[in-house]
Amino acid sequence: LFNQFPNLASEMEDKVTSPEKAEEAKLKARYPHLGQKPGGSDFLRKRLQKGQKYFDSGDYNMAKAKMKNKQLPTATPDKTEVTGDHIPTPQDLPQRKPSLVASKLAG
Amino acid sequence: KALIFFISDIISTVEFNHSGELLATGDKGGRVVIFQQEQENKIQSHSRGEYNVYSTFQSHEPEFDYLKSLEIEEKINKIRWLPQKNAAQFLLSTNDKTIKLWKISERDKRPEGYNLKEEDGRYRDPTTVTTLRVPVFRPMDLMVEASPRRIFANAHTYHINSISINSDYETYLSADDLRINLWHLEITDRSFNIVDIKPANMEELTEVITAAEFHPNSCNTFVYSSSKGTIRLCDMRASALCDRHSKLFEEPEDPSNRSFFSEIISSISDVKFSHSGRYMMTRDYLSVKIWDLNMENRPVETYQVHEYLRSKLCSLYENDCIFDKFECCWNGSDSVVMTGSYNNFFRMFDRNTKRDITLEASRENNKPRTVLKPRKVCASGKRKKDEISVDSLDFNKKILHTAWHPKENIIAVATTNNLYIFQDKVN
Repeated sequence: LFNQFPNLASEMEDKVTSPEKAEEAKLKARYPHLGQKPGGSDFLRKRLQKGQKYFDSGDYNMAKAKMKNKQLPTATPDKTEVTGDHIPTPQDLPQRKPSLVASKLAG
Repeated sequence: KALIFFISDIISTVEFNHSGELLATGDKGGRVVIFQQEQENKIQSHSRGEYNVYSTFQSHEPEFDYLKSLEIEEKINKIRWLPQKNAAQFLLSTNDKTIKLWKISERDKRPEGYNLKEEDGRYRDPTTVTTLRVPVFRPMDLMVEASPRRIFANAHTYHINSISINSDYETYLSADDLRINLWHLEITDRSFNIVDIKPANMEELTEVITAAEFHPNSCNTFVYSSSKGTIRLCDMRASALCDRHSKLFEEPEDPSNRSFFSEIISSISDVKFSHSGRYMMTRDYLSVKIWDLNMENRPVETYQVHEYLRSKLCSLYENDCIFDKFECCWNGSDSVVMTGSYNNFFRMFDRNTKRDITLEASRENNKPRTVLKPRKVCASGKRKKDEISVDSLDFNKKILHTAWHPKENIIAVATTNNLYIFQDKVN
């Protein structure tokens, strides 16, 4: 109801005496799909697993290295001509960018 | 009187030792900084000792949990001091997963005059040694060393929020979101699980443990608080696993007042026994409550910390501030309690006079000998001169950690990066 008639929410606010209930109405107006129980198990389980998730320890170490501003070893300037003309060696390939966002594969 | 120290990382815990001579801070970078109170100057008998940096060491390093691909933060969640038994000082510091016992000792003399070594440590050519002498101890500049004596690891699946040393000074508890373990200070490869609230089916999870503490005098008694605003008192003599509480402290709620926010703001962020052991104090989002251990159905005193935030809960939920975990503390005589708020404000409540005061920890008041001016927040309507309106409060400036000297009127207040030590003005 509230997302269709946003003005209805503010009108009702004037009638509600408790400031807490007024705040609740405001929140529900902004997030109509918000679950009824804030202390639900999904919410708590998310709280139990705080901390950034990485794909694996390699991902973690790359992210840490980037944070410390360490320069990753750069490939030679000839790397633009690597594929197609000759078989590339690992040194010729551009470095993999560290993934800051955990892959969706990570459960 | 104020002393301000700058800590390079976000301060995450503050704790005086039992005599008050030492003050430890832990930070987000895993470092511990210990301050020491100067011995009282006998000539200038009116000046109480000031605090200076005594020792700094790296307590915890970041780790990686390979099984879950999760980072384990090095942030120090809690520090607890052991009572002093000999010349050295001991403290427990913990991050999310590992508790460490640190020994802090002083060295003020060193042996000199070795026969086989030069003073800088290089070995002498034995053929050049023609005489024999006895090495002697000579005074040296004071060196404070911190060394890890015990590492208590791998006992917590979830994140450790509390540690508490028992009054027997032999055991301590560590609590995470769902379990509490009992350790012996000498034994690192074993701990006993004394509370387990993990449901068989995680879908049925309704509350988590938020804090736990041992009773100051009864070594069999401890309490733990929950995210639903309840406190359970447990007696370890009753059974090995204290899943059934001896007492349940909960204030009845008026169901007609219930809102989406009710449970979140009732979550207890800290629980502290009074020094006497007769009372305990809990901190929830908007208030501080004092409970008599003999009365479970309601607190005996309730103090509003920042009631004006009740009409801001929507935005506080959106910016996550509603989940901030404020701590609270008692003064040495249990007559005054203190807790932090936003805008670098902190509040003190005098239990006897029922008076309260709001003070600000800021560099603007930093002239060392000024008396702090009380502050006032205006909830709505016309703002009087000198008052601050709720809308101009800075919610990024939060005081979560405060500590009170066990004997004197000296308090330590941590803003994000600064440690303020305030002392009572002496006439």
